[in-house]
Amino acid sequence: MIKIKELKKTFGSIVAVDGVSFEVQKGQVLGFLGPNGAGKSTVMRMLACFLRPDGGTAEVCGYDIIKNPIQVRQNIGYLAENVPAYSDMSVGAFLNFICDARGLEGKRRNELLDKAVAMCHISSVYHQTIETLSKGYKRRVGLAQALIHDPKVLILDEPTDGLDPNQKHEVRQLISKMTEEKCIIISTHILEEVEAICTRAIIIAKGKILADSTPGELKTKYNCSLEEVFRKITTAKVA
Amino acid sequence: MTGFKAVFKREFKSYFTTPLAYVFLVVFLFFSGYLTFKQGFFEARQADMSAFFMNMPLLFVFLVPAAAMRLWAEERKTGSIELLFTLPITVRQAVLGKFFAAWVFMFVAMAMTFPMVITVCYLGSPDIGLLIAGYVATIFIAGGFLAVGCFFSALSNNQVISFVLSVVACAVLVFAGMPTTMNYFSTFLPAGLVQAISTMSFQGHFDSMQRGVLEFKDISYFIILIAGWIAATGVILDERKAN
Repeated sequence: MIKIKELKKTFGSIVAVDGVSFEVQKGQVLGFLGPNGAGKSTVMRMLACFLRPDGGTAEVCGYDIIKNPIQVRQNIGYLAENVPAYSDMSVGAFLNFICDARGLEGKRRNELLDKAVAMCHISSVYHQTIETLSKGYKRRVGLAQALIHDPKVLILDEPTDGLDPNQKHEVRQLISKMTEEKCIIISTHILEEVEAICTRAIIIAKGKILADSTPGELKTKYNCSLEEVFRKITTAKVA
Repeated sequence: MTGFKAVFKREFKSYFTTPLAYVFLVVFLFFSGYLTFKQGFFEARQADMSAFFMNMPLLFVFLVPAAAMRLWAEERKTGSIELLFTLPITVRQAVLGKFFAAWVFMFVAMAMTFPMVITVCYLGSPDIGLLIAGYVATIFIAGGFLAVGCFFSALSNNQVISFVLSVVACAVLVFAGMPTTMNYFSTFLPAGLVQAISTMSFQGHFDSMQRGVLEFKDISYFIILIAGWIAATGVILDERKAN
């Protein structure tokens, strides 16, 4: 469902993404790992058609991110790292705006809206202004926004950042429930999360892919915990 | 169309969910009334609104950029632009949605000057055609300033910088056509060039429209000006949305 081929992106003299290629199929949860500034968010932003790549191509559900950005965006649910939202709006008004933008109408709109609100447990803050919400609730509203149209592909940039342990558990359960019918990419620094929900892990540093395997295989290959694997790969090969 | 409608609806509502709309309306209505009466509305002893309309370009030089400065600068500052442009909305739909929402808000502001019309109608028998022409001219000038404001709002993620640049650009467009500026230019520029500057300015087109002459050249001037600045906004956003 996602095919990335030699994707490149530079910001001035800084090479953020340097020839990244991989594919993700339906039913896979890909954990995108890497140190800060490795290029994870940039790859995700390019997949979500927010950034235009300087080289290479990518396809999401058969649509090219450069030629058919609108179709790509229709098929993905994207949660950005800083959870952007219109803070002066209430949660309800914000989600209704997302429905408007995605062309959801009538009975289906109400069903999807109710489902997303229930899944993300935000009914208690539905009428509250977003700027008054805690970090955890803001992230849940962001998740609801990404899930509302029941997309085939989910791209979640650090979806559990700032959540308390209970909320983290809930989000992981939510992602696990959706695994079968969706293709999911999540970036995270929490390696236990990768072991808990990801069927595959890609480690990226300085814009290049350093490892692409399952969390289990990585642990077996390096004969240590995933955290140590991460340190070994990102410090040795990047240096 | 879906994207345009969604952005338009959200943007228009957002004026009224923040104090912006109310502050803008109070300041606009106060000064539009104050300047009209200060400049001899009663003393003129004429049942028309020329004293009201003549202040509009100067009032809008400051007020319209204030309403426009947040349009894109705020989106970029808060990062919500990343949400907007990862939804199935094109840059063109978003730019037009925001512009028309702001323009309709200006319609609302102008509509709230209705007591002025009632006063004039009560005091005498004004030329209704002239009143309508004045309102049309004012709406067009507000649209022109908004388009300029949109562009500078997209240019910087700092609302103050956007505001200052918009005010300067709008002031240049207005003052270039003022008689005093024209007289000054005519001392060292050839007549053709002075005429060209005057044609490019808001003031000449606005004056001829509010005199009741709705000519094609004046309306097309505003439409081309608005379309040009809006198109430039789209280009800037496409290039710099992630910066």
